[in-house]
Amino acid sequence: MSIEVRNISKRFGNFVALDNISLTVPTGKLIALLGPSGSGKTTLLRIIAGLEQADPDANGQPVGSILFHDEDVARTHVRDRRVGFVFQHYVLFRHMTVFENVAFGLRVLPRKQRPSRTEIADRVHELLRLVQLEGLAGRFPSQLSGGQRQRVALARALAVKPRVLLLDEPFGALDAKVRKELRTWLRRLHDELHITSVFVTHDQDEALEVADEIVIMNQGRIEQVGTPDEVFHHPATEFVMHFLGDVNTFHGRVNQGTIQFSDLELPFPSDRQEINGDARVFVRPYDVTIDTKTNGLPALEAKVVRVHSAGPLVRVELLTKTNQHLTSEISQERFATMNLEVNSTVYVRPRHIRVFASNGTGSR
Amino acid sequence: MAIRIKQPSVLPGFGLTLGYTIFYLSVIVLIPLSAMFIRAGSLGLGELWEVITSPRVLAAYKLTFGASLVGALLNAVFGFLVAWVLVRYTFPGKRIVDAAVDLPFAMPTAVSGIALVAVYSPSGWIGRYLEPLGIKAAYTPLGVTIALTFIGLPFVVRTLQPALEDLEAEVEEAAASLGATRWQTLRYVIIPTVLPAMLTGFTLAFARAVGEYGSVVFISGNLPMKTEIVPLLIITKLEQYDYAGATALGATMLVISFAILLTINVLQWWSTRHKRGA
Repeated sequence: MSIEVRNISKRFGNFVALDNISLTVPTGKLIALLGPSGSGKTTLLRIIAGLEQADPDANGQPVGSILFHDEDVARTHVRDRRVGFVFQHYVLFRHMTVFENVAFGLRVLPRKQRPSRTEIADRVHELLRLVQLEGLAGRFPSQLSGGQRQRVALARALAVKPRVLLLDEPFGALDAKVRKELRTWLRRLHDELHITSVFVTHDQDEALEVADEIVIMNQGRIEQVGTPDEVFHHPATEFVMHFLGDVNTFHGRVNQGTIQFSDLELPFPSDRQEINGDARVFVRPYDVTIDTKTNGLPALEAKVVRVHSAGPLVRVELLTKTNQHLTSEISQERFATMNLEVNSTVYVRPRHIRVFASNGTGSR
Repeated sequence: MAIRIKQPSVLPGFGLTLGYTIFYLSVIVLIPLSAMFIRAGSLGLGELWEVITSPRVLAAYKLTFGASLVGALLNAVFGFLVAWVLVRYTFPGKRIVDAAVDLPFAMPTAVSGIALVAVYSPSGWIGRYLEPLGIKAAYTPLGVTIALTFIGLPFVVRTLQPALEDLEAEVEEAAASLGATRWQTLRYVIIPTVLPAMLTGFTLAFARAVGEYGSVVFISGNLPMKTEIVPLLIITKLEQYDYAGATALGATMLVISFAILLTINVLQWWSTRHKRGA
């Protein structure tokens, strides 16, 4: 079941939560809506679910549409949309056991569609098996850990055989270790079920690891849509560049096939005609190499300010001769051969740069 | 193995606080109550039985407990509604409505009684419209029920309010996304969740109604066998210097009330089983 969102806008007072959003989620894919808080991602998810209504036009006429496989559901009540919705804080029914929680969606079906008692019990146990909570059917939510509660919430949402699954920061309330386990598990579950799913997150690692496709949102607009590889390696905007990880920023100038920033002048291919003049240069920390001696290649002279060596990569904070802070990440092996100390002078070279014109468009 | 009643704790003073609790309860509650039983016991069993089972007294028991029960049930339903409106919606004058809920608490009960008579007597503001419909409110059991409902309202509203505030709106959204109708959400999700608080409010309203005197005696008209409540009979006996008879009635009421409260407590214990992790 594909989801298509067309021309949806939403304001809360003067705050524009969504600014004319259109988006397509292909059948069977797992999509992440990624953005900082206030970017409109949760509002978009709630509008898809029917928990929130998109703004009408000035005459009160409905604008935009939400299509589930060509059926416009924008005017359909959440009750009849058949979506599975998972909340950040689980929102289990606390007076019901795990079994009763999962069975809820089936028990409230109109009598004619309602499965028999044994069918409901079979379905609930099947779902509890799926979320690996078979032994806990008789427990109450208060007796479960956070990760277990969220899995119950997921089983409850899946019980009604939803057309699409919507998850609002599903791992946001969990501690780091459980969160990592659960997101790997969610990916595996999705590979089994192939239900069209949209999940909201502000954690770029989570989106990059789990999603088939990432929709990056900022201030009520979509900045970029693409696979994790695409958005990570080819960010369309400065915002995406910043949001998907740490980055060093320089002010520079593009001039006749070269780019100058800080003390450096590097060749800049002229096929990017649209960038000329002032530009902003971005370098990921792992693209900054460090040498203790000059080797003839253009490099920046810098002093070591701090070294964090506890981690898979060694993080080196540097201060260039032009008084700019810079971060570099190098491998432990390389660090071991170099004997870096605070205040030692090093030569720094960006291996790979990304340039955006100062007016905010264009990249390489 | 020795039973440990004292858990190690950072706050000292278990012995002191428990000792004080027992002393305080004894002076304020237990000693006066046992004095009542001793006094009632001075009657002798046969006489005691005669006093507490005389037809006039039995009618009063029926009215007191019956009207209190109906009043508390009405409050449980409509108090829930009031609490719901106050918690979930904002509207102009909400604070005034909120404050008005407490009025039955704050007024001397005799004042409420007089006010109720003014409104519900056959010539009163509401009574005059009920009269043609053949409904007599004042000087009937209906009047007693109205008075007992009136004084019980704040208990239900005030105990339900925090429970409803505690219930996130997301719970309703979750139920709706699973296909539940408004009614099903109310019936299977909201009410069961706030049921413990509702029972507490119901209990308080009921207990208050059973002991109520001031607001009832004016509107009831105090017709023997028809609209007499037990507290009135107790006062009547006291006025005739029949202290033993009065305490006998009091003791009986206490026993019945205690039995009812205990039953409700057990219900409540059952309704909160999910919090204890059964």
